Amino acid sequence: MSGVLVLVEHRQGAIRDVTFEMLAAARKLGGQVEAVLFGDGCDAMLPQLSSQADRVTYSAGPAFKDYSYEPYQRALARLVAERKPSAVLVAHSAFGTDLGPSLAVALNAPLVSDAMAFNMTEGGLSVSRGMYSGKLVADWLVPTEPAVIMVRQSSFKPEPASLSGEVVRWDAGDVTSGAKTRFVDLEEIPTTGIDITKAAVVVGIGRGVKEEKNMPLIREFAQDIGAVLAASRPVVDAGWLPKEVQVGSSGKTIKPRVYIALGISGAFQHVAGMKGADTIIAVNKDPKAPIFAVAHYGIVDDLHKVIPLLRQKVRELKS
Amino acid sequence: MEIAVCLKRVPDTAEAEVKVDPTGRDIVKDKLAFTINEADNYALEEALLAKEKHNANVTLVSVGPKQAEEVLRMGMAKGATAAVRIDDADLSGSDSIALARVLAAWFKGRSFDVIFTGAIATDDGNSQVGPALAELLGRPHAAYVTKLDIQPDKLVVRRELEGGFLEVKELKRPAVITIQTGGNTPRYASIMGIKRAGAKTIDNAGSASLGLRPEAVGRAGSKTKLLKVYVPEVASAAQMLEGSTDEKAAKLAGLLKEKGAV
Repeated sequence: MSGVLVLVEHRQGAIRDVTFEMLAAARKLGGQVEAVLFGDGCDAMLPQLSSQADRVTYSAGPAFKDYSYEPYQRALARLVAERKPSAVLVAHSAFGTDLGPSLAVALNAPLVSDAMAFNMTEGGLSVSRGMYSGKLVADWLVPTEPAVIMVRQSSFKPEPASLSGEVVRWDAGDVTSGAKTRFVDLEEIPTTGIDITKAAVVVGIGRGVKEEKNMPLIREFAQDIGAVLAASRPVVDAGWLPKEVQVGSSGKTIKPRVYIALGISGAFQHVAGMKGADTIIAVNKDPKAPIFAVAHYGIVDDLHKVIPLLRQKVRELKS
Repeated sequence: MEIAVCLKRVPDTAEAEVKVDPTGRDIVKDKLAFTINEADNYALEEALLAKEKHNANVTLVSVGPKQAEEVLRMGMAKGATAAVRIDDADLSGSDSIALARVLAAWFKGRSFDVIFTGAIATDDGNSQVGPALAELLGRPHAAYVTKLDIQPDKLVVRRELEGGFLEVKELKRPAVITIQTGGNTPRYASIMGIKRAGAKTIDNAGSASLGLRPEAVGRAGSKTKLLKVYVPEVASAAQMLEGSTDEKAAKLAGLLKEKGAV
């Protein structure tokens, strides 16, 4: 293992959690761990990073002020040519999925995405990743030529280290001439004011609800127990509930006292947004639904049969 | 304006049990229904909206077996103008970059103003083909786009970021855009559309016609090799509530009261 580069992911002045997850995962592989920070005016981030890596390489400049794959890719490719690492880790995130595959092609490097576990073996890195929304796991052999690994968010534990990584200022050279893309702005998706992150009891609905006409029953149930309605991505995509109540890695992360998942399969992207809830109760027709791996309590049954009966029992308990 | 959309035919496993096949490297597919990859359906809709707005031609491309033509015909029924299927008989074991190389071989020398792909496929969940294809073609790309504006000299896109943000970017044309679900409302094909599409020709291509040597495709042409697939143990820490539906509902009500939700 000749060393691992970990691309620091940051946005609006804050290092994103996945960075520390990747650094912890990289340290487990053995070999030198080098955090790579591209940014503008990010000096305040250096101490947090140098305690988690053997080295922090920092290239500062206006070209890196906002994430954009072109300057990041060019700089990273140059650094890889200098350092010759065994692997380059980027997050499997909005930034990383935009950068990882084109970086791998530019480096002519093997690529594996959405990695949830990896370890060194004789032939290279053995990397585990999910398929079919988590119903299957695939193990891939990835040669360390270097390997580009896009790391799943909220999958590795960000175990803290107390290293004293050397901070190296590095000149990435020209990363902007001939650019074909340009970052313009960040916009907040407009909301209607519902904040599901503050609710104590949340009812999450998923594809198992099947049709919009089944929604009123669920809404009434939520009202019965003073719960806020949230949803997995497919329900929001279908337009049944607004984006601001989407729970998951591209939506909100919530930690309610009680989370009731109705007709939610438990795909990792959704689970990442609710696994911190105190009590998770899942209702799903499929006994093998991944949601049961994270739920505290489960019912295998048709939610359309369960909910009307449940409402009745709740009314009885209240009276 | 010429627009292309890469479509993938995937098994519909949302409500089906997934079983590993005897090779240990794939799942049993003979009892599964197949469908167009969800994000690709949104990509197709984006292309059709551009067709209406800019009077563009829309060409569909799919790498797959003969049955992949179902997905291409459905796309033509919705309004796409042409379709090509790249046969995958010798592509078994391809990783996503190897697949992108096959697509790049077809796209090379063809000028499309925009190439759309879906941001992610529901079978492998790789999310790699679009940006890899762009890099192979020397074109700029943007991944996980939900809103797109095609202007004469550039594309303006909005990409979804975690936490409720959109990243606004400009790209020079021609470009490759990967489309995330939810940004538009995919249309249904009309009966007339389906009838007309049934009569259309779908072009065929393959590794040989694309000038790709056997060692450059499939498992041989992939730097990453699939070792095995397996169904993860649902480490069910969950306490399952048992009994009739009525009994389970009663237990759940009691549980909710215990947890302070009633």
